[in-house]
Amino acid sequence: MLRFIISRLGHLLPTFFGLTLVSFAFIRLVPGDPIEVMAGERGVAPERHARLMAELGFDRPLWEQYLSYLGDLLQGDLGRSLITKQPVSSEFLTLFPATMELAFCAMLFAIVIGLPAGVLAAAKRGSPFDHGIMAAALTGYSMPIFWWGLLLIVLFSGTLGWTPVSGRISFLYFVQPVTGFLLIDTLLSGQPGAFRSAVAHLILPAIVVGTIPLAVIARQTRSAMLEVLSEDYVRTARAKGLPPSRVIGLHALRNALIPVVTVIGLQVGTLFAGAILTETIFAWPGVGKWLLDSISRRDYPSVQGGLLLIALIIMLVNLLVDLLYGVLNPRIRHVR
Amino acid sequence: MSVDAEAVSTPSPLREFWFHFSENKGAVAGLCVIVLLAVVALFADVIAPHGAAQQYRDALLRPPVWQAGGDPRFLLGTDAVGRDILSRLIHGTRFSLMIGAIVVTLSSSVGILLGLSAAFLKGFAETLVMRAMDVILSVPSILLALVVVAILGPGLVNAMIAVAVVYVPHFTRLTRASALSELPREYVTSARIAGASPLRLMFVTVLPNCMPPLIVQATLGFSAAVLDAAALGFLGMGAQPPTPEWGTMLAEAREFILRAWWVVTMPGLAILITVLAFNLMGDGLRDALDPKLKRS
Repeated sequence: MLRFIISRLGHLLPTFFGLTLVSFAFIRLVPGDPIEVMAGERGVAPERHARLMAELGFDRPLWEQYLSYLGDLLQGDLGRSLITKQPVSSEFLTLFPATMELAFCAMLFAIVIGLPAGVLAAAKRGSPFDHGIMAAALTGYSMPIFWWGLLLIVLFSGTLGWTPVSGRISFLYFVQPVTGFLLIDTLLSGQPGAFRSAVAHLILPAIVVGTIPLAVIARQTRSAMLEVLSEDYVRTARAKGLPPSRVIGLHALRNALIPVVTVIGLQVGTLFAGAILTETIFAWPGVGKWLLDSISRRDYPSVQGGLLLIALIIMLVNLLVDLLYGVLNPRIRHVR
Repeated sequence: MSVDAEAVSTPSPLREFWFHFSENKGAVAGLCVIVLLAVVALFADVIAPHGAAQQYRDALLRPPVWQAGGDPRFLLGTDAVGRDILSRLIHGTRFSLMIGAIVVTLSSSVGILLGLSAAFLKGFAETLVMRAMDVILSVPSILLALVVVAILGPGLVNAMIAVAVVYVPHFTRLTRASALSELPREYVTSARIAGASPLRLMFVTVLPNCMPPLIVQATLGFSAAVLDAAALGFLGMGAQPPTPEWGTMLAEAREFILRAWWVVTMPGLAILITVLAFNLMGDGLRDALDPKLKRS
């Protein structure tokens, strides 16, 4: 197992360094030199420009700049935002719980609905139910989620008035941040109204972010189940006279879950992509909206840091999934 | 005797392909929608009842014709500045199909070139190419596209370049994998012995045999490109108003979302139908072209 972990890490390191190169190059590829970029529209006097270039090390050779950038990175220094002057890492960490709460609830929604839907579709293969589920899954997979979010707002917030249009919680409540996860913090604060408000604010964004993962999970579960259901041991279990629910729920599902776990892990990227669009629509104060705002405000250090951190998180989750896959399916450890 | 010989002869590859493809009703439906969209895009000027930018100051935010207050001149209603939504959607078809076609052409040409080079050159070049692809794949597509647009500046052309960059790794990986599985085959060895140059081996001998998965990927990439470009348009980073690009139309419609459902619903529906059609066809193509999944 240790060898397996080391080999996976060995795959990860070059990608990580590649990413640091990309994020290092990013700020230098934007038209204008970094000082001009930081000064923005105000501009900067030539002598001050030269002084700043020397002060911040931009006049040194590129490889020296990269090494010092790498050194800063390894100490957790991602630079400072041009707008707020705050360290990028602390801005990211402040907003990250909001995105994580959204992503977690979206994933929960996707799994709770997608998994049973896929299992049932496989069990009733070829039935109208199966066709219906698969048509819905393909539609969900093709969904422009930014439009889907707007539609849900029109229906549930506009016409029915069931849910709020934007934000994380009603302005009526003040909740002391403890964990950063509002669902937990509102419970800790002992205000039932605040908890209900947080849930009401979360439902629509979570559905929107979860839609594509839901479709992917349902499709993957169905095809994994179909593959397992045609195996000999399942036939044996059926021949023994076990009830179908037990054969499907216990014997088949357990093995079908292995590829599904991988697919669930791979959805982390989709969740972040979804979060960028969804947070913008619902004014959800998370890293997705922050990143987009940073791009439109030309706050390049924030974009640079955010890009690196998000990619790093995705890589780490994928590594975890890989390891988990090795645990679930011992064969894989020896093949690679 | 000749009749028998005809009866047992294998059908032409095209006919066999069509036989498997047409078994999948969804895929055929997808193909029909795509043909329809192509016709609409080609003849947009003839089909559209009004100009894409033509404003009717007397008919702002008019609902669709079937709703109270609808105007028979504007079947799907008008937007906030009195432009006919149906006409804008029809003209927008051009942009969406053009975006999909250009992005797929760009990303597949670069991806195939890189993938073939990786498979043929091996060694350091291969590692370098494949690790670079890993880096691109480690960032969510829309985020990477946004970052590329942040460098190049917003606009339709830059958005297309950005989305194309995002989809290069898919083609590179597929091409390399198929090429590597073709390289040890005998026909490649015999071509090599016959004195074929490396370029001839790459493009004439090996590449045609790698095409099926690439065609499937191109179809699925088309839908992803339409979706991502629309998302960029929606975020204000793609085509700029007043271009009748569907994502940009949605962005313009956002502020009227609670007052006029049609300005939001129609462009999104157009995106969904287009993406769905390409995904349906992609699924069908995969079933028909991938021998491993082919039903016996």
